[in-house]
Amino acid sequence: MADIEARQKSPPKTSFWNDPKIRGLFYQFVVMGALAAFAIFIALNTAANLARQGKTTGFEFFFSTAGFDIFFTLIPYSRASFYWEAFLVGLLNTLLVSAIGIVIATFLGFFLGIARLSPNWIVARIATVYVEIIRNIPLLLQLFFWYFAVLKTLPGVRQSLEFAGGTILNQRGLYLARPLPDDNFTFVIWAFLIAIVAWLVVKAWAKRRLESTGKRFPVAWTFLVLVVFLPAITWLTTGANVAFEYPELSGFNFVGGIELPPEFVALLLGLSLYTAAFIGETVRAGILAVDHGQTEAAQSLGFRDGDRLRLVVIPQAMRVIVPPLTSQYLNLTKNSSLAAAIGYPELVSVFLGTTLNQTGRAIEVVFITMLVYLTLSLVTSVFMNWYNARVALVER
Amino acid sequence: MSTTNATKEISFVREEMLPEMPAPSSVVGPVAWIRSSLFSSPGNSILTIASALLLLWIMPPLYNFLIGNAVFIAEDGAACRVEGAGACWAFIWSRMDFFIYGFFPAEEQWRVNIAFALGLVLIVPLMWPELPFKVVNALAFFVGYPIIVFILLSGGMFGLTEVPTVNWGGLTVTLIIGLVGIVTSLPLGIVLALGRQSKMPVIKSVCVMFIELWRAVPLITVLFMASVMLPLFVPVGVSVDKLLRALVGVSLFSAAYMAEVVRGGLQALPRGQYEAAGALGLNYWKSMSFIILPQALKHVIPGIVNSFIALFKDTSLVSIVGIFDLLNTVQASNSDLNWASEQQAVTGYIFAAAVFWVFCFSMSRYSIYMEHRLHTGHKR
Amino acid sequence: MATDTITADDDLAVERTKLTVSETDVAVEIVDMHKWFGDFNVLRDINLKVMRGERIVIAGPSGSGKSTLIRCVNRLEEHQRGKVIVDGVELTSDLKRIDVVRREVGMVFQHFNLFPHLTILENCTLAPIWVRGLPKVEAEKVAMHYLERVKIPEQANKYPGQLSGGQQQRVAIARSLCMNPKIMLFDEPTSALDPEMIKEVLEVMVGLAEDGMTMLVVTHEMGFARQVANRVMFMDEGQIIEQNEPEEFFSNPKHERTKHFLSQILH
Repeated sequence: MADIEARQKSPPKTSFWNDPKIRGLFYQFVVMGALAAFAIFIALNTAANLARQGKTTGFEFFFSTAGFDIFFTLIPYSRASFYWEAFLVGLLNTLLVSAIGIVIATFLGFFLGIARLSPNWIVARIATVYVEIIRNIPLLLQLFFWYFAVLKTLPGVRQSLEFAGGTILNQRGLYLARPLPDDNFTFVIWAFLIAIVAWLVVKAWAKRRLESTGKRFPVAWTFLVLVVFLPAITWLTTGANVAFEYPELSGFNFVGGIELPPEFVALLLGLSLYTAAFIGETVRAGILAVDHGQTEAAQSLGFRDGDRLRLVVIPQAMRVIVPPLTSQYLNLTKNSSLAAAIGYPELVSVFLGTTLNQTGRAIEVVFITMLVYLTLSLVTSVFMNWYNARVALVER
Repeated sequence: MSTTNATKEISFVREEMLPEMPAPSSVVGPVAWIRSSLFSSPGNSILTIASALLLLWIMPPLYNFLIGNAVFIAEDGAACRVEGAGACWAFIWSRMDFFIYGFFPAEEQWRVNIAFALGLVLIVPLMWPELPFKVVNALAFFVGYPIIVFILLSGGMFGLTEVPTVNWGGLTVTLIIGLVGIVTSLPLGIVLALGRQSKMPVIKSVCVMFIELWRAVPLITVLFMASVMLPLFVPVGVSVDKLLRALVGVSLFSAAYMAEVVRGGLQALPRGQYEAAGALGLNYWKSMSFIILPQALKHVIPGIVNSFIALFKDTSLVSIVGIFDLLNTVQASNSDLNWASEQQAVTGYIFAAAVFWVFCFSMSRYSIYMEHRLHTGHKR
Repeated sequence: MATDTITADDDLAVERTKLTVSETDVAVEIVDMHKWFGDFNVLRDINLKVMRGERIVIAGPSGSGKSTLIRCVNRLEEHQRGKVIVDGVELTSDLKRIDVVRREVGMVFQHFNLFPHLTILENCTLAPIWVRGLPKVEAEKVAMHYLERVKIPEQANKYPGQLSGGQQQRVAIARSLCMNPKIMLFDEPTSALDPEMIKEVLEVMVGLAEDGMTMLVVTHEMGFARQVANRVMFMDEGQIIEQNEPEEFFSNPKHERTKHFLSQILH
């Protein structure tokens, strides 16, 4: 303030009001004042409303008994569990469906993006039609479609659809065989891990050899040999065995195996198919962003197609693809909250829905839910900034 | 033949210009096209055959379901319950009024029709780049039109019967939420974007926090928040209309996204434009409204339209907080026992999807068209 | 390598020797070649024999097909009729032949096309390592040699984005030379450069010519053509209109179109 007053005195002609600094401060005070007034107004109203409804605030409800069931949980949970456990179940379910959805959407999305650029007319056309249909229809509608129109109209338990490998599909959900490895199978897993490590060593060695002698080594084949054969031989020699527990009809339902409720299947299907269309566009844009001159330069230097893609095109395309790809991942995670509409018990459904209804602690529940999503998006943007800083092309 | 032989004589002059020769069939014509775009390599041929088989597998049943075996005219669901019947379009047709107007009283539905027609009259010239009076047109659409629609639909004045918002529904409500979202999010987004660019730390950080908070959370939490917390925020005794709560949530949410689009446009403008505006002696608001914003907004029209598409799709989420938008009317009708059949739900969703798709796809075509226009404009 | 230094500005002129040639000295031979882009007959009846050590400058208005012509030499574009034989190998759709030819033919582009994600040194060593199978140490030695030759060894660890246009184009030339090509193609190498940078690139090219490199150069730099070329070729509407030794070509153009073109660019 003193500094500004001093500046005020030195150029005598500037009137007080026309000094941009003073004006700036004035505007900021006005905005701050207005916001503060607004916040106080809301706080007073809220307090009055809560008092009238006879409600208190606080987070102690977290440690009272939830008293409702959740049909799909990753951790032990019963109606005698506390609200914080219900919260955790919801959060884990959100993360589970998001993680699997991200993997599927990424594969399908890259496939779609590449297919849209295919020189094969019919392949490119099919991919385009898929993308244009899927991304112009609301996700919620697609979830309803998969849940109510497809999965819920499947045959009942008695007429279940049966697929290879003991897979069962009916109104109640999707049932998969559960692998039950015996003790010797640990050796196979160890063999697999050792094979991966060995392959990494070979890869590093091959790189050094290429640099020192110029000779190439078939790293991809080594991978296949190590990662397939080593565990396979271990399997055969140790006589390890994997039994499968197949879902079986018992009474009115299937028991055993891995049971995926239709809510989960519909949500996973909807999220993956929807996000894949957007990822496909991201991938396509990333590949198109690599100047055609790069391809020509690589070709004129004699690069084969595989090397050209691996060494020149993909590293450049990935710089363009990764940032929007990460925000698609974040979108998928946020969109998983639509599960509330079809009853998959993820964070919004369990916490913002049931918990809020039962406890009436609107402010606390909304605050915590928003905090969770805010954290997820902060983590994502921290990653994105790190990645951008790491791969940014050096310019003048 | 024009042979040039460097060994003996380098010098060569063409006597007669060669005419353009027709391309051989290996380059043009259907055979060349088929070879280059379908069978250019063994791998490509396999892909082509696999894709063709896929289409053969999908298309005939799809055609039969949608058209071939579909039931177009029927009194009730009996015809649709027949074995092998396709989509039950008769069901959609019988509920069409509900899908469009919701619970709006039948004798007052002309008011909604007038609102639709007026919107069309205002929006077509607005999207047509060659037509003049853009500012007047925009003002009419962004300010006048919402007021007229509100008076027309809610009534209670000018001799119109009052229709409470709980009776509004169907496509009408979907379009209203979309319209309100567009009309409020654009100006709010511009203000937020300018605030984020501001040199005043308080204003800048308030805007950044607002934008980032809304962008971090899913719309559904915003809608939940609007429906459970908004009533707590207002003075005791004041009740907030359910539709209004959803509108507030949708507007604030999409304003944050719009702000980022506008910011992109502001950042893309060359520094020279800001300097030129300053050199002309214009103050902040004048230079923004006459020089900077018109250019920035023009540049990001495709981005703005894309946010509108996202917003329009997001309107379907209001069905979760119990508002009867198009999706919710379809969802409700799907349990209509009169029309109960296996295909009832599928038919309903396909209809709703088709409606949303037509709106979103035409908006995205428009955005591509504008992008094209802007780019060619740059080249000149 | 014969010389590491490039001659000073005022005695740039290269002695143009009359070539004594036999058939094995043919570097590129193009016979009755036609090319179409869709319906458009972009190259018509091209016949051209390039001897080893020859330096040919190709000029012509834009859209005359001159860039397309040299891009046919390393099969960045495929021709539809006629023959293109490079270093004794006829170009067909056979990928093996294309590989062989591309290893022997270097190309410099109008927009440099350096790999922006790699350093200058990596730009120069990538192809020698992965295509030629050179050990990294050796590839780097070769790269530094050519970077010195184009006078920017000190930029080796920078990225293309940090260099000026002229520097980038010199790196692009060095990158091609690292593959030890027998023939160099230049596609308007100075068209995207600011005037003050054109000279530094041309100097490098003159140096190459002095060393006896076979060069096909699409350019509008007529000064360069006078100094360095054995032949100047003028193209229009996808055909070779006129070609001659530079002195004759510039002092006594015969075809109307050549005269018109020269009057336009020589002022």
